Amino acid sequence: MSALAQWGNRLYTGKTSYPFVGKWKLWFAIALVLLVVAGGLTLARGGFNLGIDFRGGSEFTVSSVQSTDVAAGERAVSEAVPEAEATVTNIAPGTMRIQTDELDDDQTLAVGQNLQQAYGVGEDRVTSTYIGPTWGEAVSQQMVIGLIVFLVLVTVLMAIYFRTWKMSLAAVIGLFYVVALTAGIYGATGFEVTPSAIIGFLTILSYALYDTVVVFDKIRENTEHNLEETTRTFGENVNLAINQTLVRSINTSVVGILPVGSILFIGAFLLGAGTLRDIALAIFVGIIVGTLATIFIQAPLYALLRRGEDRIAANDARVLERRAAGEGAPVGTDTVPA
Amino acid sequence: MADKTPRGRARRTLWWLTGLIVVLTAILGVGIATQQAQWAPKLALDLEGGTQMVLAPEVAGGQQVTQEQLDQAVEIIRQRVDGSGVAEAEIATQGGSNVVVSLPGVPEAETRALIQASANMEFRPVITMGPFEPVPADQRTPVKDFPEPSAEPQNGSDPNWVTPELAAEFEAYDCAAQMNNPDRKEFPADGPSIACQPGDEESGQPGVKYLLGPVEVQGTDIAGADFGLVNTATGVSTNQWAVNLSFNGEGADAFREVTQRLTPYQEGDPRKQFAIVLDGTVVSAPQSNAVITDGRAQITGNFTEQSAAALAEQLKYGALPISFTIESEQQISATLGEDQLRLGLIAGLIGLALVAAYSFFQYRVLGLVTIASLVVTGLLTYLAIVLLGWSDNYRLSLAGIAGLIVAIGLTADSFIVYFERIKDELRAGRSLPEAVEYGWSRAKRTITASKAVNLLAAVVLYFVAVGNVRGFAFTLGLTAIADLVVVFMFTHPVMQLLAHTRFFGGGHRMSGLDPSLLGREPLYQGAGKVRQFRPSPEATSSKKARRSAKEADRRQTIAERRRAEQMSGVGSQAAGATTPADRTEEQK
Repeated sequence: MSALAQWGNRLYTGKTSYPFVGKWKLWFAIALVLLVVAGGLTLARGGFNLGIDFRGGSEFTVSSVQSTDVAAGERAVSEAVPEAEATVTNIAPGTMRIQTDELDDDQTLAVGQNLQQAYGVGEDRVTSTYIGPTWGEAVSQQMVIGLIVFLVLVTVLMAIYFRTWKMSLAAVIGLFYVVALTAGIYGATGFEVTPSAIIGFLTILSYALYDTVVVFDKIRENTEHNLEETTRTFGENVNLAINQTLVRSINTSVVGILPVGSILFIGAFLLGAGTLRDIALAIFVGIIVGTLATIFIQAPLYALLRRGEDRIAANDARVLERRAAGEGAPVGTDTVPA
Repeated sequence: MADKTPRGRARRTLWWLTGLIVVLTAILGVGIATQQAQWAPKLALDLEGGTQMVLAPEVAGGQQVTQEQLDQAVEIIRQRVDGSGVAEAEIATQGGSNVVVSLPGVPEAETRALIQASANMEFRPVITMGPFEPVPADQRTPVKDFPEPSAEPQNGSDPNWVTPELAAEFEAYDCAAQMNNPDRKEFPADGPSIACQPGDEESGQPGVKYLLGPVEVQGTDIAGADFGLVNTATGVSTNQWAVNLSFNGEGADAFREVTQRLTPYQEGDPRKQFAIVLDGTVVSAPQSNAVITDGRAQITGNFTEQSAAALAEQLKYGALPISFTIESEQQISATLGEDQLRLGLIAGLIGLALVAAYSFFQYRVLGLVTIASLVVTGLLTYLAIVLLGWSDNYRLSLAGIAGLIVAIGLTADSFIVYFERIKDELRAGRSLPEAVEYGWSRAKRTITASKAVNLLAAVVLYFVAVGNVRGFAFTLGLTAIADLVVVFMFTHPVMQLLAHTRFFGGGHRMSGLDPSLLGREPLYQGAGKVRQFRPSPEATSSKKARRSAKEADRRQTIAERRRAEQMSGVGSQAAGATTPADRTEEQK
C-alpha cells in the first residue's frame, strides 16, 4: 500500500507525471489501430454473432440433465418436428440449450416433452422461449431511441454543469469510441449479441460518462484559473488533473470490475449463457474500455479542443516563454512570478 | 441550542438518517402486521417461474396505435384473462408500444388465443330479454311447445328469428357461467344471438340476458366517442351524464335505419332497445328515442361520471379493434428461476466481499467506512424494493439483481472519490477535520454531477426500454438515489466524526490516512511559521534536482495556494493535526 500511496503523492504533486496529453498522437493512433483491428476482425467473421432474440426462433433450456449428449437433443426435436433444424449446445455443467426455428404451440409442447424424456428430467427443468421475427427489431429500435434521447440530455446536462460545450463534445466523442470499440470486441471475439448484452451496452454509456465526469471535474477545477496560470500550459494542467485522479481511476475500475467479474464468473461457469452472463460480459469489457478512454482519449481531446482558443493559446505562449527564460536563469534565483 | 459545529451537524444528520430508516421499517412493519406486505422482495417471473409474453399490437389497415387505445387494450386483456380464471396475471404496457403479459404456470391454448384476439364490437337490436339466471331445469318449457316462426324474418327486430331451439337455449342459458367460459358458443353475425349484461353492483342494476337480432352496425363504423353532461335545448347544463357517439358514413346510414325501425316501438317494449356487444358481452343496451340521421347519437341513462367515461372508452376501443402478435414468449420453470436467484445472490455476495477486501487493502480501516456505507445503501435499497413491491407491485427480476450487483461498484466509487479528495487536501497540508470539510465541498459536486449522469441513463433506459431492460434500469436508478442519500447522510457525517478521533485524526498507521504515507507536511505550523521547502539530502547534492524539487513545490494550483493563504489567516485552528491533543473545536 505504501508504495501505491507514495506513487499517488508523486502523481498529485506532479513529481511523477504520465504524458496523457503530450503524447496524444500516440494514444489516438493506438486507439484507431484497435478500432480498425476489431472492425476488420468483425468483418472477417461475417458480422456480429446475433443471438436468437434478433434472429427469431424457439429456444429450450434443460437444466440438471443426466447426460450432456447432443445427439439426444437433436433426436428429441426431429422426432417431434421433422422439418425443424436444431442446434444443441452444452452451455454450462448440466445445462443444455436447444435452439430451433420458430415452433408453434403444439410443436413447442411436443419438443418440450421429448426433451424431458431425452434428458431424463421433469417438467420443471425445461424452460422454453419463443421469439417472433420482429422482436429483435423492436428491441433495437427502442435502444436507438434510448441512445439518442440519452445523448442529447446528457450533452446538455454536461454543458450546463461544466459551462463549456467542448467538454460535452469531448465526452460524447469519447463515448462513441467506447461503444464502437466494445461492439468491435464483441464482433471480433464472436461473443453472442443478446438483448441482455444490449442492456450492458447501455450501462456502459452511463458508466463511461460517469467516469469521464469525475475526471473532467478535476480538470475543470485545475483549469479554472488557467488564464492567471504562469507555470503550466493548458495542456499541462489537464494532464496534471488526469494524473491526480489516476489513483481514483484505477480504484474505481477495480471496484467496478470486481462485482461484475463475480457475476461473469458465476454466469459463465455455473449458469451458462443467460441474462447475468450477457450483461456482465458487456459491462466488464465496457468498464475497462471506458476507463482507458477517459484518460487516453476524452481528456486529451478536451485539451486539444480548447488549446486553440485565442486567450488560452496566448497564455500558453507566455508560460512557455517564461519557462524558457527561467531555464536560463541562474540557480538560486527564484522564478516565482510576480 | 443546536450544536453548530461540524460534529454537531454530523450527529444530527445521522439521527435524521436513522429516523428515515426507522420510519421506512415501521411502515413495512405495519404492512406486514396487516398482512399486506412481506419481508421478502416480490420476484418477477424469470425468478419465480411462469410465462411471460411480449405482445405487439396490430391494427387492421396498419394504423398507429395510440397510448389510450393501448391502455384500453390492456384493460380488455386483463378482463379476458381474469375471466378465464387465471389468478395473479399481470398485464402492463411497456415502451409505449408493447404489452407484457405475465402469467404463473403455463397458459392453456385457450387463454393464449383469448389474449391475442382482437376485441369485437357490434350493435344488435334486442328481440327479447330475460332474467340473468337460467330457468331451473325442471321448469323449462319443452322445445316442441315453443311456437315455430310464422314467416321468414323481415328485419333485425323480427321475433321470427326465434326458433323453438333458440328459445329453449335462451331459457337455459346460464349467464354467470357462460360469461366466464372462454369456449362459449359464438353466434354468427348474420343471425340471432344470446348475450348477457352483468349487473352493476354500484347502481344496484341487476344483470340482464338478451336475445338479440343479427349485427346491424359494426364497431369499426364508430368514428368517435366521448362523454359529458347533457345540455338542454337552451344550452343549460344538467347534472345528467351522457355518452356521445358518432359514426362514419356507412355507420350513420346503418344506424339511421336501425333507429327508424326501433323508435316507433312502445315504451317498455324490449324491441325499442339495441345492444352494444363487446366480445360477446353487452356493455350497454340503450333505448332508441329518436331517429338519428346525422350519425351522432347520445346515450343517456343512470351514468355516473366514471361509468360514462368507461363506456366512451369501450366504444372508442371498439372503433379500432386491435389484435396482438406474440413477439416473444418465455416459459420459465420455477426451479430454474430458483437456481438463477441463488447463484445471482452468491455472485452478489462474492462481489461485495471482493470490494470489501479491496477497500480494506487500499484504505485500511477507512475501508470499513466504505463497507458500512455499502451496507446502509443495501438496507435502504432493500426497504425501497420491498415497499415498492407492496405499493406498486414492483417485482425483482434477474436483470434487476444484475443491476444491484453492478451498482455495488458504482456506489463504492462515490466513497473512493470522496476519500481521494480528502487525501488531496491532507497532502495540501490540512488537518483531517479540515480536509474532510474541504474535500467534501469539492467531492460532493463531483459525486452529484456523476450520479446525475447515472440517474439520467437509468430513467431514459426505463422509459424507452422493453422487456428485461426495465428491471435493470430500475434498480440502477434506485441505487443511484440510495447512494446519494448515503453519501450525504452517512459517509460524510461519519467522516466528520471520525476525523476527531485519535485513531484517524492522529493519522494512525492503519487508518489509511497516515500523513507519512501521504507525504504530508503541515502547511502552517503555527506561530507564523509557514512550511519551508526542505530538500531531501540527495536532492541537495544536485543543482538540477533541487531545481526540479522547487518546481514540484510550486506545482500547486493557484486555487490551492489561495486556499493556503486563507487558511493561514484562520489562525491556530488550522494547525496540523499531527498532535491531536492540541486540537480545538472548529467553529465554522
